[in-house]
Amino acid sequence: MRFMIIVKATKDSEAGVMPEEKLIAAMAEYHEELQKAGVLLDASGLKPSSTGWRVKYSGGKRTTLDGPFTEAKELIAGYTLIQVKSKEEAVEWARRFPNPAVDGKEGEIEIRQLFELEDFGPSEAVERFREMGIAGRK
Amino acid sequence: MTATDTHRAIDAVWRIESPRLIAGLARIVRDVGLAEELAQDALVIALEKWPGSGVPDNPGAWLMATAKHRAIDLLRRGKRLERKHEELAREIEARQETAVPDLDAAIDDDIGDDLLRLMFTACHPVLSTEGRVALTLRLLGGLTTGEIARAFLVPEATIAQRIVRAKRTLAEARVPYEVPRGADRAARLSSVLEVIYLVYNEGYSATAGDDWMRPALCEDALRLGRVLAELTPREPEVHGLVALMEIQSSRLGARTGASGQPILLLDQDRARWDQLLIRRGLAALAHAQELGGADGPYVLQASIAACHARARTPAETDWASIVGFYGALARLMPSPVVELNRAVALAMLFGPAAGLEIVDALTSEPSLEGYHLLPSVRGDLLAKLGRSDEARAEFERAASLTRNARERELLLGRAGACARGSPT
Repeated sequence: MRFMIIVKATKDSEAGVMPEEKLIAAMAEYHEELQKAGVLLDASGLKPSSTGWRVKYSGGKRTTLDGPFTEAKELIAGYTLIQVKSKEEAVEWARRFPNPAVDGKEGEIEIRQLFELEDFGPSEAVERFREMGIAGRK
Repeated sequence: MTATDTHRAIDAVWRIESPRLIAGLARIVRDVGLAEELAQDALVIALEKWPGSGVPDNPGAWLMATAKHRAIDLLRRGKRLERKHEELAREIEARQETAVPDLDAAIDDDIGDDLLRLMFTACHPVLSTEGRVALTLRLLGGLTTGEIARAFLVPEATIAQRIVRAKRTLAEARVPYEVPRGADRAARLSSVLEVIYLVYNEGYSATAGDDWMRPALCEDALRLGRVLAELTPREPEVHGLVALMEIQSSRLGARTGASGQPILLLDQDRARWDQLLIRRGLAALAHAQELGGADGPYVLQASIAACHARARTPAETDWASIVGFYGALARLMPSPVVELNRAVALAMLFGPAAGLEIVDALTSEPSLEGYHLLPSVRGDLLAKLGRSDEARAEFERAASLTRNARERELLLGRAGACARGSPT
């Protein structure tokens, strides 16, 4: 099963403050551990929301909104995708994730499981999603 | 946290830490079986203590320290006190007392090598193939005996016995706990790769039972492969095997239909292929080729898988390259199964008649007698040539030979379609 460890944005990450050497080293070490254990699938940091945009929908109308966006805690600054045997294993790996905030300030990560094929019951609509390759993968 | 939660957390810690733990202990006590017992003892102590104290910050180090104490205790006071054990106990203690302030750091330095030693030992040629598979999943995959038994559809007692026998064989044969060097290394490494790929294939194409595949085994094998690639970064064949497994895994979600029936490669909905795994597979393949391993058997097989992965539609498949790769593979390790695959690729490139010529020659091959894919492929080519009656007979024969229920249904379906004269 796959889990995404989502790193929440902070004021610093939104301001484009690059993490200090120590944090980069801790992150590298953690991801090396994941890699050595064969559970790391993918990981990446995201640029501040000032370089991003949103598309808002209301009925048939859509509006594009350029960043930056203010509510840092609702923004994400990066993700790490892992593949493990059980939820408990994901919990244990997540517990070892270094504090992602600069200078050991307050940080937060959120862990979400990816949908998998068996999460969907038989349904014609779901089958159509599946055929498009949208509904979960292993 | 409830006691159940803690137990589950401990299971997870075990899965993460046990390979390193056993690998490190085996180097100290020079006996894989004893090392596993010690690691298990440490686990039992953790199960007693952690529900009260909580899981420690560094559970791996905790387990290692506990296991080492157990090792000293056991070796010291054990009735089996021999001179060798006494010396070992003293040695471990001496190491703990030496100037190395952080023993775990010292252990950590070697941990990669230890894991590799453990992998080579678990896949040692002195063991039966079944023994290698069971021991590898147990010691390096962190699977319980029950999990291995369920995956292979055999009773738990059978797996337990295989593991016990394998450990005994290793001890009796006095297999040194080391990473082989020189000429021996290549042969031993191919044994490790063979075990991993065997586990993978058992999952990918379940040889028996009602399921067409058991993806958990694929994940276990892929994980072992990824671990091995980290341990032996300069070995092209290891990256080749990882590439092969990543690319094959990218199709897991597309290989079965809504009711669990198999969908063959060219009929799969490619939108359902997992692009992340394809990307990882292609990267591993490129890495293997950079290391100069383009001609190795796993790299060649990965190259074939990559041709399919790169084609957005079946029509875009680079069959000419695939025929070439199969040709290289056949020269490297001549085998009727490789030849059969080459025939399929040739048929795609030049038409069914070209493939059928090779397949017909293979029908007298004794090693393929009873191999269901031979009549299955032959039936397919005959059907494409409009020789329906012959095709039906071949599909029926293939259905009678496969041990997999899902595959049998598929083959009987095709036989029925031939009988009705509808395209298959």
